[in-house]
Amino acid sequence: MKKTDALQGSLDLLVLKILSRQPKLHGYAILTAIRQTSGDVLNAEVGSLYPALHRMEETGWIRAEWAPKDAGRRTRHYQLTASGKKQLDAEVTRWHAVSSAINRVLQEA
Amino acid sequence: MSMWSRIVNVFRGDRLNCEIDEEFAAHIEEAIAAGDDPIEVRRTFGSPLRLREQSRDARIAGWLDNLRVDLVFGWRQLLKRKVTTAAAILSLALAIGACTSAFRIIDALFLSPLPVAHVDHLYALARQGPDDLGVLRTFDDFAYPNFTRMRGAAKGQADLIAVSFAYRTDLTYATDNEMEKGYVQYVSGAMFPIFALQPALGRLFTTDDDVTPGAHPYAVISYNYWSHRFAKDPSVLGRSVHIGDKAFQIIGVGPKSFTGTEPGIITEIFLPTMMNPVVTRTDMSWVRILAVINPGVPHEPLRAKLDAVSLNYETERAKGFVGMSRHNIEMSLQKRMVIEAATSGVSRLQGDYRRALVWLGVLVALVLLIACANVANLMTAQAASRAREMALRVSIGAGRWRLVQLVLIENAMLAFFSAVFGALFAWWAAPFVVSHINPPDNPAHLVLPADWRVLVFGALLTLVVALLFGLAPALRASSIQPIIALKGGEEPQSKRRFMYALIAAQIAFCFVVLFLAGLFVATFRNLSNQHLGFDPKDLLLIETYTPRGQTPEAWSQMADTLRAVPGVKAVAIASWPLFSGGWTGSISVNAAPPTDTWGYFLSISPGWLSTVRMNLIEGRDFNSADSFPGEAIVNQTFVKTFFNGVDPIGRTFEKVNPFGSRQLCRVIGIVPDAIYNNLHEPILPVAYVPTRHLDEKGTINPADGGTFLLRTSGIKPLSLATTLRRLVAKTNPAYRISNVQTQQELVDNQSIRERLLALLALFFATVALLLAAFGLYGVLNYSVLQREREIGIRIAVGARIGSIARLVTAQIFVTVFIGAAAGVSLGMASVRYVQTLLFQVEGTAPSMLIAPILVLVAAAFLAAFPAVRRAARIDPSIMLRAD
Repeated sequence: MKKTDALQGSLDLLVLKILSRQPKLHGYAILTAIRQTSGDVLNAEVGSLYPALHRMEETGWIRAEWAPKDAGRRTRHYQLTASGKKQLDAEVTRWHAVSSAINRVLQEA
Repeated sequence: MSMWSRIVNVFRGDRLNCEIDEEFAAHIEEAIAAGDDPIEVRRTFGSPLRLREQSRDARIAGWLDNLRVDLVFGWRQLLKRKVTTAAAILSLALAIGACTSAFRIIDALFLSPLPVAHVDHLYALARQGPDDLGVLRTFDDFAYPNFTRMRGAAKGQADLIAVSFAYRTDLTYATDNEMEKGYVQYVSGAMFPIFALQPALGRLFTTDDDVTPGAHPYAVISYNYWSHRFAKDPSVLGRSVHIGDKAFQIIGVGPKSFTGTEPGIITEIFLPTMMNPVVTRTDMSWVRILAVINPGVPHEPLRAKLDAVSLNYETERAKGFVGMSRHNIEMSLQKRMVIEAATSGVSRLQGDYRRALVWLGVLVALVLLIACANVANLMTAQAASRAREMALRVSIGAGRWRLVQLVLIENAMLAFFSAVFGALFAWWAAPFVVSHINPPDNPAHLVLPADWRVLVFGALLTLVVALLFGLAPALRASSIQPIIALKGGEEPQSKRRFMYALIAAQIAFCFVVLFLAGLFVATFRNLSNQHLGFDPKDLLLIETYTPRGQTPEAWSQMADTLRAVPGVKAVAIASWPLFSGGWTGSISVNAAPPTDTWGYFLSISPGWLSTVRMNLIEGRDFNSADSFPGEAIVNQTFVKTFFNGVDPIGRTFEKVNPFGSRQLCRVIGIVPDAIYNNLHEPILPVAYVPTRHLDEKGTINPADGGTFLLRTSGIKPLSLATTLRRLVAKTNPAYRISNVQTQQELVDNQSIRERLLALLALFFATVALLLAAFGLYGVLNYSVLQREREIGIRIAVGARIGSIARLVTAQIFVTVFIGAAAGVSLGMASVRYVQTLLFQVEGTAPSMLIAPILVLVAAAFLAAFPAVRRAARIDPSIMLRAD
């Protein structure tokens, strides 16, 4: 559980970033995109992804809609909302601030 | 948006679950299609249920979901125990409804402010002092000239408004043969402007409409009257209404909200005070005085100033009272001015019903407490039977507050349903009670709005009730120790102690309700069993007036005509019926100075005594030659008071009037004592004099009003009314009938308040007793259930039924006696405050205390019986094997 919590901030960031590049992705596609764009380094867990998606949906950063796939089946697509874009900018800024701070600390040593 | 969707999701929980599952399924499918290992993919989901819960929590308002679950569960619990639920809801609904009804009436009569400007500064003037019999009273009637002086004196500090007592009178919009009744009130022209009221139609009075006596024949009608009498016809303006011998032109309709200044009466026609024929009279007190006191003006100096003006006026007037005893003059000058808040108006109904309503309020509040205690006990017993369920919930991790919420919600639902039914009850009950306040043909009209005040009261009451009966059981249920409950062990003794305390409280309150009901019933019984001194049954009264007066011959001709009607046995005439008015004078025997005690008079025709069945003790009845002054027939109290009990036949006395004139009467007969005017007052000294009145020169004074009394037989008196009305109009058109009623009604009307109080108190006493008995039964039954094993063992080792009964009931009877003792002391303490509502009832008399105790003990025995029987029938072999 603790691990998930620690990851959560960056998971939101990754999901938002991916959705900003490529609108309308379903959960599996997001998972795959995270893995591929990070060069197989980052591997989000299903158990963290979906609660995060649903939470962000309720917060209003992303919007979901059902899209028909084939023969009565459908998938749930996610896309960024206006407030999601703003949140992404904020997260990116925060990430840069945090990572450069961490870098500085590491360089000191 | 987000909060809203989370709230919405609460009510589509199943669909939400499906959607989440569907999304997961799609994910797995995609992964497999992309070539992942199916088993590995599924494993990444871990426990799908937990994942679903997590996602669900993100998308749903948790507290609301809990609430929904508790509501559904509570509803099922309530349905499961239909009888208990119905009993609880019924008793609470009755109690809540009764309380709300009482509040509606009290609010309408005493609390809700008149819909007028400056209502926070509205006061009424009154004088306090001894009445004719020396009893301290408040008088709120003033003579108009006195009002004029006070108005002048208060100028700049307060605006004074004169309003007459609203009264029901005959009036017509067409001819005299089509008379109808209406409530008329004379008001100062300044009233409408000071109250800043706007007309719904036409115009309202101004000060210019109230200047010269008799010169402003205008009327303003109320909106209410306009609606029900004229169906809001705008052409009502300009029509004239005939009241007495005057015609008034309708110039406007008042605002919708304003129904007059007397709660209990909806004024229909307003007239300017200057149009009252007695406006200049110094000896007629007929107006109430309302005062709008300017902000910042101190009351005491203003009161003192008005007091001085009024006293000065009365003193000047008293100088002419040569026919009044010194003592009586002094008494009349002892009255002192008081200024009282009149935010909700002033009316006689307020004075008559203030205490009665307060006590009614106390009764319903006690019934409410009893009902709450009852339901609290039911709930506690219920909580005990659910102990295992609660213990299970605690052991699988339910929080304490979650349990409190669970039980509280169930109770809140109970309270809610009770409140709904209670509201329905109050909707019906309040107008029902109000319609029984006044005589049936002329009920009180109280505006009873279901406004926010009533709603707030109802909501607060429901909340208090829910907390009263629900909080303790909820806290108890939540403090359960799973280890004890799941082991199936006995619960702590404290739970039962709590129930017994509630029972004791119930018994105490129930005793107070029974005791008060007993007092009120005894009062009503004493009043209706009063010895009247005459026979009011089958006695029809036709009140008439003849604007120009009629000779004694015309009066007796009319009496002869009425006597010929089939079903009429005897006819007589009186100036007015007994129980409806008074005429007083000081008495002087042997030219002595006027007495302190007043004598009371009534003019009667020959044959009146036999018509009302008042038998002469001595002497003879009047004949057509007798007159006043001249002859008189007196009652026994009169003989005792003024002739020291010596046989007065043939002796004379003088009726001395305030301004000194004396009328000589020779006593020709003695009759037994009869009640003259008021059921509640002691017997008065009464002199009956002939209807043939002579003036100072000895010529006949034609009577302009009088009442025909008809003794009927074999026929209901009122069934003759229509025939007689027509007959009177045909025989002599100069006679106008203002009222047809029975003497019995007049007598009954004086005990309406007592009857209402007795009936309502009896009703609430029955409810209280039923509730208390039911509560007692419930607790006993519960304690037997709890101790079944113990009782089984006792029976197995040879206990007798007697000792089992004692075992089961001992504690409860101790409780009942503690409760009753507390009730007795409560009752004793309260009796002082009810005494003014009682009639010939000694509140502290042992009989008044013993009766309710006996009733309570009997009820307790009845309630205990089923539990004792149940205990005695326990079969040890079955009981002990079962566990």
